[in-house]
Amino acid sequence: MNTTPAPATTLQGFSRSESVAMAWPMIMLAVFFVIPFGTMLTISFFERVPGGFFEPGFTLESYARFIDPFFFKSLGMTMMIAASASVICLALAVPFTWSLSRMRHHSRVFWLVALLSILSLSEVIIGFSWSLLLSRSTGIGNILVWLGIENRAPKLSPGLGAVLTGLCYLGFPYAVLVLFPQLSRLDPTLHEAARMLGASPRRAFMNVVLPNIAKALVAAFIMVFVFTLGAYLIPQLLGKPQQWTLPVLIADQALFQSNLPFAAAMSIFLLGVSLSLVVCVGWLGRTAPHDQDDAHDDARSEEA
Amino acid sequence: MSRLLNRLFLGAIGLFMASPIIILLGVSVNAEKRLAFPPQGFSLRWYLELWNDAAWVNAISNSLLIAALASLLATSMAAPLAYGLWRRRTVWLRIFHAFGVAPFVLPPVITALGLLSFWIAVGGYGSFYSVVISHGVFLITLPLVTISLGLEAVNKEDLEAAETLGADAGARLRTIILPQVIPYAISGAAFAFVLSLNEYIIAYMVAGFTVETLPIKIFNSLRYGYTPAMTAVAIVFALVTALVFGLIGYFGDLPRLLGAWKSKEDS
Repeated sequence: MNTTPAPATTLQGFSRSESVAMAWPMIMLAVFFVIPFGTMLTISFFERVPGGFFEPGFTLESYARFIDPFFFKSLGMTMMIAASASVICLALAVPFTWSLSRMRHHSRVFWLVALLSILSLSEVIIGFSWSLLLSRSTGIGNILVWLGIENRAPKLSPGLGAVLTGLCYLGFPYAVLVLFPQLSRLDPTLHEAARMLGASPRRAFMNVVLPNIAKALVAAFIMVFVFTLGAYLIPQLLGKPQQWTLPVLIADQALFQSNLPFAAAMSIFLLGVSLSLVVCVGWLGRTAPHDQDDAHDDARSEEA
Repeated sequence: MSRLLNRLFLGAIGLFMASPIIILLGVSVNAEKRLAFPPQGFSLRWYLELWNDAAWVNAISNSLLIAALASLLATSMAAPLAYGLWRRRTVWLRIFHAFGVAPFVLPPVITALGLLSFWIAVGGYGSFYSVVISHGVFLITLPLVTISLGLEAVNKEDLEAAETLGADAGARLRTIILPQVIPYAISGAAFAFVLSLNEYIIAYMVAGFTVETLPIKIFNSLRYGYTPAMTAVAIVFALVTALVFGLIGYFGDLPRLLGAWKSKEDS
């Protein structure tokens, strides 16, 4: 809603100084966001010069390389790793976020600060610390030796398990923060009513809360999937070469194989996949039944 | 019973979240130059070494400077965009809003490769300022989201009242809008600052071989031989990050910033 009447002289109801101020982000985004994507798209059609870099032209050669079984194998591995990590993340994040949304302000802030700190921790630090935690010399396997269960600590990294652990650590705070608005805006009387009618806390959660957030869960799954799909350092630090995901291959082609056109083509492909998934989330959000304004209007008194 | 289960679950999650920090902390206080956990001996020499080693100091100052400039740049772009959208949701503003949010939602390697192609084409590849601009544009999402939240909280009736009493647009901006929005802008800038500090792939693709930021330096030292100094620097960084978010949590309303409707007063 627009309360200040627009001066007749300006376009679209903004004053001159407002328009100048808004031109700044628009120009910056156009130059440093839109044009780079255009450049990348253009380069993906350029011809590769073996031993050199690339030269202008138009060829679908880079896209034709997608038919290669090697590409399919790494694509399948990438999808499998991201999907498994997202499922594990959500399995942990849903009950956790449910508890979090029902905490008092101070403990809630404490957990949120911890989650944000971990979320913004560099992937290189996460990968490095988990490689220590899963290594033979400094790892958690030594607890087994100490307890006398094993003679020698197992070497858990690099491997698929290590990659999944690292990705779950990376994705967990993200999953919680995606779910947090949905769960904390959920009408608390729903759960209370179910409890009053005799349902156990778990049954009230499973039968009443969960169906209400089903769409939010699907949306959260897709968001976490796209997020873990983008991991670049963790597959390198915690995985073997066969667990290298698409982002690793893209960077490898661009920087070390000097094949920018192929890297750009793979990048456009990854863009297509993730963009269509994100559009699905937007579509889910529009049709979601939860009514934000209702939840807003009756901001409730504290519970539990 | 279920209360106990809940406690145990939260405890396990807490342990999972803390374990990487615990091991880094343990290794960083080793007395000898080897990676050992539990630590053998206790010494803070690796923390001191950070300050004496020119390469680490250089990486730290690069990272801090890039993060400071990039977060300022991101906030300066986000503020007018958020303000424009709050006033009128025109088609163009909505398109640019989508551009502002997109790089953050997509896998960062895509943006990184786009920027790499761009900087190679225009000749800024490998320069310090290319990293600053790239980070600034990439991280615009955070101040954009927080400032929009701050503007939503501004009471439009107050603005109407001020206008009736004769305050012009500038005066309304200064006296009503800015005081309410500035805390949100600071939170957004702080988010962008922390994420820039920890960002790897874009910095690496744009100038990885010439401008060494801290995450790049850590990764390079991982490849060419471990030293406990890496764990010390990781701990320092984790502390800075936690401190910034702790401050936002203390002075601001973190649950609302993260999308809970219920504000501080209600619970």
